[in-house]
Amino acid sequence: MTDLAEKAAPAAEGSGAPALGLAKAPAGFWCALPMLLLLGLGFLAPLLLVVLYSFMPRGSFSPFGSPTLENYVDIVEQNFHISFAWSLWLALVSTAILLLVAYPLALAITRAAPRRAVLLTVLVVAPLFVAENIRLQGWVLFLDKAGVLDGGLEALFGVGTGSLTNNVPVIVFGLVYIYLPFMLFPMILGLSNVPPDVREAALDMGASRWRMFRDIELPLAAPGVMIGGLLCFVISLGAFSEAKFLGKGVIVTVAQDIESAFTFGQNWPRGSALSVLVILLAGAAVFLAMRRLDLDAMLGRSKA
Amino acid sequence: MTDGILRRRLLGLYVALIVAILYVPMLTVGLASISRSRFFMFPIRRTDLKWYEDTFASLQVRDALWTSLSIAACVALISVTMAVFGALAFARYDWKGRKLYQQVLLIPVFFPQAVLGLALQLWFNSLGVQMSWPATVFAQMVWIAPIVTLIISIQAYGYDGSVEEAASDLGASRWQVFRDITFPLLGPGVFSGFLFAVLLSWGNFPLAYFASGADVTIPEWLYGKMIGGYTPMVPAVGFLSVLAGGLALVIGLTVRARLSRAA
Repeated sequence: MTDLAEKAAPAAEGSGAPALGLAKAPAGFWCALPMLLLLGLGFLAPLLLVVLYSFMPRGSFSPFGSPTLENYVDIVEQNFHISFAWSLWLALVSTAILLLVAYPLALAITRAAPRRAVLLTVLVVAPLFVAENIRLQGWVLFLDKAGVLDGGLEALFGVGTGSLTNNVPVIVFGLVYIYLPFMLFPMILGLSNVPPDVREAALDMGASRWRMFRDIELPLAAPGVMIGGLLCFVISLGAFSEAKFLGKGVIVTVAQDIESAFTFGQNWPRGSALSVLVILLAGAAVFLAMRRLDLDAMLGRSKA
Repeated sequence: MTDGILRRRLLGLYVALIVAILYVPMLTVGLASISRSRFFMFPIRRTDLKWYEDTFASLQVRDALWTSLSIAACVALISVTMAVFGALAFARYDWKGRKLYQQVLLIPVFFPQAVLGLALQLWFNSLGVQMSWPATVFAQMVWIAPIVTLIISIQAYGYDGSVEEAASDLGASRWQVFRDITFPLLGPGVFSGFLFAVLLSWGNFPLAYFASGADVTIPEWLYGKMIGGYTPMVPAVGFLSVLAGGLALVIGLTVRARLSRAA
């Protein structure tokens, strides 16, 4: 029976599954099962536990107490929402900057000759494989007082920059630096869905570059751009290394507050309540975007 | 027309600039590792390789290296095995829950890792699971296995499914079809997935930080030193870690290029 089902399954065309394959094709489900178990036990269950803990009385170490809202009240009363607001602000600003910085780069990579495009892609991915704390430490050594920039300028011109760390803009810079690849790849996937001849045609017919960008390129590339923006927004919402190393504690992000509630604070319910805020915001953003995406089309077409 | 050339030049310059900026911290770390003085000052007065000697002599670093490598190997092997099937379910088979499955699979990728790490810590605590390197393998898999699945899926979209049909029409069993047709066709994707998994695990800090307990990976060792007391061993270990990752990437890509040429 399963053999039949497999024969009935159409070649990898993506969407538009005929009813024949759908009715009796358990093969797909069995193949998906290990992943579903992993995500159930390693993602869904821990998050549900966090939600449960967020309604427990302060400082309890069991998820089975009587539910209360006091942790959420504490967040506002004890000003923990400030760190949340900082994280939100940092995520929004760095995502906006990333959109601007990554777009020309993605455009250049999609239009480059294949060998060059591969080389550029590898060069941009490679930093992802270096732990972010090493890269941030590199920036600290570069930007600090008597670091490479300050010391170098001082030696060359006698005027240094002083310390450029320990402020908010440098945290934004760190976020933009760390998350650039995450913005770039979805964007490249999106832009490779813009056929070059359509672009040419629009320009030949007298459209200005701006109009071509607004009416043709951007709408066609939109799914990729959207995924990139979303990905960067969500992961930078939970960032803490940038503020810790480059910002040197000038502000505290929500992830740092969550961490200290779980560790020094020994207040799991408070850490959980703060986590729930992040989960809700991240979840809402992802949910809204997911509904509008056709993954088959995006990933399948990018191959051609 | 000259307008177009100018624009292309500017774009090329921009790309070169960004790529250069991406590597500034790695170069700085390399520089800092050969400075003799305990606190980094630029320009470097006297260079010294003693921090590398200390690194190679350090038992802590050796332990951390071993932990990092064990985790990366386990994460990559298990993730790839699961992801081959996960990718078939993602791209190859039509089944009822496929659209939902595709979206569910992306969610852990789209999630702040520090928050996931803390949630997993809470979860392990409640289950009585000891924080250790095996717990870290599990934690990293939650993030890495979906990424590997996406990479293999791209390969799975690209191949011609009718070959499988032909094989089973000719009497091959399901296992034979998988072993002789499907798996080799997925080969380059599987290899890329494996390479990505090893490298992402090697460079991962947040999940290891919350899940590994007393076992310390290289990024965690570095973190401890950065917080607890900087010595130039930090950039020395950091730079070695960069070199190791870079070497693995170059070897991996070369093998991958051979593989896809042979296919």
